[in-house]
Amino acid sequence: MQELINNIVAAGTFGKMPETLVAAIVIIVLSAVVFLGIAFPFAGIVSWVERRVWARIQSRVGPNRVGPNGFLQWLADGVKHVCKEDVIPTDSDHQLFKIAPYLVVLAFVLPWAVMPFSSSLILADMNVGILYMTSVTAITVVGVLMAGWASNDKWSLIGGIRSAAQIVSYEIPAGLSIFPVVLMTGTLSMQGIIRAQGWAPQHWFLFANPFTFVAANILYVSALAEGNRTPFDLPEAESELVAGFATEYSGMRYLFFFMAEWGNLFIIGAIITTLFLGGWQFPQVSNNAVVMNILQLITFNVKVLFLVFVSMWIRGTLPRVRIDQLMSLCWKYFVPISFVNMIGTAIWVAIWPEGNSVAGYIMFALGIVLAVIFIQRVMYYLRRSRMELYFRPTI
Amino acid sequence: MSTLRTEEMTLNMGPQHPSTHGVLRFIVRADGEVMREAIPDVGYLHRSIEKIAEKVGYHGFMPYTDRVDYVCAMFTNQGWGMASEKLANIQVPKRGEYCRAIATEFNRLASHLLSVGTMGMDIGAMTPFTHAIREREMINDLIEELCGARLTFNYMRIGGVAWDLPPGWREKALAYLDHFEPILDEYNALISYNKIYIERLANVGIISADEAVNYNLVGPNLRGSGIKWDIRKDLPYSVYSEFDFDVPVGKGEWGKLGDAMDRYMVRIRELKESVKILRQALKQIPAGPVLAKVPRNFKPPAGECQIRVESARGDMGWYAVSDGTGYPWRVHVRTGSFAAMGIIQKLSQGLMIADLVTLIASLDVIAPEIDR
Repeated sequence: MQELINNIVAAGTFGKMPETLVAAIVIIVLSAVVFLGIAFPFAGIVSWVERRVWARIQSRVGPNRVGPNGFLQWLADGVKHVCKEDVIPTDSDHQLFKIAPYLVVLAFVLPWAVMPFSSSLILADMNVGILYMTSVTAITVVGVLMAGWASNDKWSLIGGIRSAAQIVSYEIPAGLSIFPVVLMTGTLSMQGIIRAQGWAPQHWFLFANPFTFVAANILYVSALAEGNRTPFDLPEAESELVAGFATEYSGMRYLFFFMAEWGNLFIIGAIITTLFLGGWQFPQVSNNAVVMNILQLITFNVKVLFLVFVSMWIRGTLPRVRIDQLMSLCWKYFVPISFVNMIGTAIWVAIWPEGNSVAGYIMFALGIVLAVIFIQRVMYYLRRSRMELYFRPTI
Repeated sequence: MSTLRTEEMTLNMGPQHPSTHGVLRFIVRADGEVMREAIPDVGYLHRSIEKIAEKVGYHGFMPYTDRVDYVCAMFTNQGWGMASEKLANIQVPKRGEYCRAIATEFNRLASHLLSVGTMGMDIGAMTPFTHAIREREMINDLIEELCGARLTFNYMRIGGVAWDLPPGWREKALAYLDHFEPILDEYNALISYNKIYIERLANVGIISADEAVNYNLVGPNLRGSGIKWDIRKDLPYSVYSEFDFDVPVGKGEWGKLGDAMDRYMVRIRELKESVKILRQALKQIPAGPVLAKVPRNFKPPAGECQIRVESARGDMGWYAVSDGTGYPWRVHVRTGSFAAMGIIQKLSQGLMIADLVTLIASLDVIAPEIDR
């Protein structure tokens, strides 16, 4: 980033402008490209993918009218929402009501700054990368609480308060589940963590030791809870609170909330991928940096999109938990287990400072066994159900 | 902290709310997420159906009965038909009774499928709903072939049914039952035994057997509390005495006896029993006419009668008074949903707000049936 700015200044493209101004322009343009060109379309496309995947799980067809297989549905929805009237309730707190969606979107776009797409493709490789990631995603709670409060609607208020309680609680197990990895690598930088892993699964932190395996699962579930995803979508519980904090919103402001929700799926996946699934690591097949970066980009995205798909799958399968069950899951199970993970990993690191490669192979083998058992179970139900299966992705 | 002033929040749930199953309103007094009380406010869907009966005559009232409970309209049809027949002492032909039994049992399948599907949706899982609705659509197709309508059937007449089974319909119905039975197991594996699902339903809205009787609950709500009472079995009407079927009751397998899970599982098991009845009925159906000779100008002798039908929502009572003219003097319908509304205020005390939705869904109340 800094090199790029230095190059531009040296090339004299902007004449005699002060260096800081050039830097600001470059940063703004690049951020705009990243956010408008990657983050927002991603959120939109995920909304389409989710509706299609969800439809398949529910034996429906899903949106298939706009564009090939309904691919442009997200654009149509976006245009529709922009054209809609931006209703602001008379008795609401107008200022807060207007600001709230932007805060939520802010919490969704900020993490993209440290998103490690490949070994070179990263906006800012901060030395506190993962800490930054978890802290900026927590801004969501301010926006959601603000929206719930400013709407001056009791149902929205309940949604907002639920969200605050939920996100603040689940920050703790999520944060504690990051610690084992930090303990093992000694760095908070996204790239540093990825470089400490290898491309092969047995070198991923997921399989480094039993504690990290548990930590990865806790982190994923906690991240779903923080992202208001099923089975933890209580803040917007459509059958109880109708749309929770978003009830009074309409038009583009309403869409902002949901864009942030869908976009957050990518961020959840990226955090897990970076910490536990080896990030962009790909075997060194070429010495060409461009080829390697493209391969790494693909690897990273495949891993992230798989996790995004899993969260859609979960959404299509599970009902919603109740607020007391949500809280007891967090405080009675996740938090103690996270502490055990942390201490366990600390002891592990003290015994094997360089990691234990045998443990990696054993854990990987156990992981394969788990996957096979899972697939067999799924196949058993598929056979037993005698339903016609459609493997045609396009209808 | 002890000086901190707190107050209860009064929430208005409905009349337009996705989980109240129609236009139904609850005034919820909540302390945070915990409800102090939920007071049902009924009457938003009142259409004076009982009064209409006094103006349109016996035959003309039949289509209106569909609207008493549009989720299981066959039972309301049958209720009115039976009441009128009892007033005028008309004997329905055997095949007509079988057609009625087949139509009502298919309707029971459709109604229970909607109930268990919305149960899933109300606690946040959309998939079970679409799967249940998919099966319900196929039943609707069958019923459409039978009587031309998918929701408000108007299939029955005083003295029998309007149309005989169409040619080939019996085979189609049997084929559908073959398709449906394994799907039920799949549905159970998908949702009924899901951990979160059981956690949400078990020990919510527990109704003891005494309470169930005292609050006049009927149908699956009563049987969920462990009381084996089914009009089809205990006071047999139509041709139900010729069928072999069980009456499933709640057993408290997942929580206390009479919780929401018990009521839910009673409905699931009743689906199986209905399939059993349908198979027997489709096999045993005799030949003959389906409609008795009933005069167009129907004037039953003066008198009154009360009949009971086991609808999908339980014991449905039809009370009719005739004064000898062509118009009933008074008609009254006693419905299960209205009785179920009475217990909600008591059960809701101390539940979470999310549980109110579960409770309403587990009692399977239908707004038009409450208000009529």
